[in-house]
Amino acid sequence: MGQDGGRAAPRQGGIALQGIGKAYGAAWAVRGVDLTLGPGESLALFGPNGAGKTTLLKILATLITPTRGDGRVAGFDLRKEQEGIRESLALLAHGTHLYEDLTVRENVEFAAAMRRRAGPLEALLERVGLAEAAGERVRALSSGTKRRLTLAKVMLAEPTILLLDEPFTNLDQAAVALLQGFVAEVLARGGSVIMATHDLMRGYAACRRAAVLVNGRLIHEAPARPGGLEALRAAYVAATGTQGG
Amino acid sequence: MGRVWALARKDLLTEGRSKETLNGLLFFAALVLLIFGFALGPDPERLTQAAAGVLWVGFILTGLLGLTRAFQVEQENESLEGLLLYPGDRGAIYLGKLVGSVVFMLAVEVTVFPCFAFFYNVPLWRALPGLLLTAALGTVGFAAVGTLFAAMTMHLRAREVMFPLLLLPFVVPVLLAAVKGTEAFLRGAGRAEAFPWLTLLGLFDLIFVTLSLFAFEWVVEE
Amino acid sequence: MASRSSRLMLPLGLAAGAALLAGLYVGLVRAPADAMQGEVQRIMYLHVPTVLVAYLAFFVVLVGSVAYLLTRRERWDILAHASAEIGVLFTVLTIAAGAIWGKPTWGAWWTWDARLTTTAILLLIYIGYLMLRAAVEDQARGARYAAVVGILGFLDIPIIHKSVEWWRTLHQPSSLARGALDPVFYPPLALNLMAFALLYAFLLAQRVELGNLEAEVLRRRLEE
Repeated sequence: MGQDGGRAAPRQGGIALQGIGKAYGAAWAVRGVDLTLGPGESLALFGPNGAGKTTLLKILATLITPTRGDGRVAGFDLRKEQEGIRESLALLAHGTHLYEDLTVRENVEFAAAMRRRAGPLEALLERVGLAEAAGERVRALSSGTKRRLTLAKVMLAEPTILLLDEPFTNLDQAAVALLQGFVAEVLARGGSVIMATHDLMRGYAACRRAAVLVNGRLIHEAPARPGGLEALRAAYVAATGTQGG
Repeated sequence: MGRVWALARKDLLTEGRSKETLNGLLFFAALVLLIFGFALGPDPERLTQAAAGVLWVGFILTGLLGLTRAFQVEQENESLEGLLLYPGDRGAIYLGKLVGSVVFMLAVEVTVFPCFAFFYNVPLWRALPGLLLTAALGTVGFAAVGTLFAAMTMHLRAREVMFPLLLLPFVVPVLLAAVKGTEAFLRGAGRAEAFPWLTLLGLFDLIFVTLSLFAFEWVVEE
Repeated sequence: MASRSSRLMLPLGLAAGAALLAGLYVGLVRAPADAMQGEVQRIMYLHVPTVLVAYLAFFVVLVGSVAYLLTRRERWDILAHASAEIGVLFTVLTIAAGAIWGKPTWGAWWTWDARLTTTAILLLIYIGYLMLRAAVEDQARGARYAAVVGILGFLDIPIIHKSVEWWRTLHQPSSLARGALDPVFYPPLALNLMAFALLYAFLLAQRVELGNLEAEVLRRRLEE
């Protein structure tokens, strides 16, 4: 369990979206998305590039204000209580959000200062296997190592809502295990996890439920059961005309 | 307040690490002074008359580059998005970037002063306290609007054009007041003559830091 | 909404046209020539109304911008955008008229006179406003950016004016403010002011209608 910075915020997961849509100019990036995810539940979100996965995650993360619809994330109103959402959420995004000219430790220290988290950062660096590299500049690191550092910053947030955008990109086997361990930890303490990916096999194996997003619309949503992957793959192929991961 | 400082410290640390920006801007500012020297001709009286104006044109051109750079750092790994994900008032992000930029620009300006005194034959030591005060007030005002507009234009395709085009008309009062204030101190005219200009700068700073602080949230939301 | 403003449009246009013609006639023919400046002074009937209407237009930009940021209703953004365009047009007219007035009066097209300079900076600010709008692709984002510039720009005006005034005042305080204008000039000036205000209202109504239609097109394409 993570320490609670003294906030009276409800430390539990849960996502509920009703009719969420986001339009850019004359095109919908996301439209009419209804989605409910309880505490302790995880959802794999599949879809081809440009399907609106990232936009949907950014809406959940309060980075994008939806054009239509309402929702609650971790018990907070998506439009009115963004502060609370940011307090309880972490997003592993496309961009690493790292500062290349700072060292590994400085990057983590900066994140800790911005989140007002005091406490030993050594254990965290140890956990992601970066204790040795703590003094190195990010620019000198391999992309896999940078990804681990990004993971460390996500862990630092101690989120109850964890959003992962293509999490398997640039992760080695050990880091994947690390990530899976962290996802399990978040779920165990009543958090909710959404994983957006086009990797059907891995995503399906990692989550309790699965959904397909095509052209901004949620076209398939079902519990992830053994054998369920075929039905999902069929829906995916029917909607996109491609095989997928 | 802790977050403002953390952000400013991060920016200064970054700039301190890769000295290329600092060195580049110093060289650029000195170059502006030199180029204006050529444009104005070698007549020492004319140079002294134009000195304050030249100095501030140099500061403003350098400042434009510095502010652009301050947001390039946040663009490299989509770091601005990372900043926006942190809980807490987003005004802290604005203030952090502002403080970082002001300190950085002042460092450049202070280093340029000797070069300025050298080329333009102005009495630096006597005027220094007044010059520093004017530089500080002017830089805060310039960076107050500049930080907001840099955040606004950072994602535009035409940002190299849009940023100065948008910013420069807004900071005309800063330029006028800073030049007049600097002139007064250089002539040794005393505080009485510079005072109205410094007041104007202070007022501008107060108004635009406050307004930009409010406006920043509207600029970074999507 | 659209039909109501369309019905208003024709009378508004006719009234603006009639007032402009009347203003032109009174200003050029009926009003006496200035004792000092002669016939050239008649350009005041263009210069003064356009500048006052330009400031009015930028004030409307301020109001629209504040209202947009508070309510996020698109119509406020349309109003602000429309008013900014017309404000820029009137500012250009003002500066052109000022230059034509300045050449025979001061012997130069341009003088660094405080009000003239302030107006020129104002023009640059609102041209920047319009260019920013054009440069941002997403409508909602462009509207937000523009609103911020619209608010900051208007609040900058008094500071710019004060600084330029201190910086250099060229022996020509406002013809109106110094109270030196002979009362005989007031009625034609008032008539012209009314005419240009009507013209502004007409153009604004037209431009807002156009903006509404554009928004409607976008909405329908989104519904598809």
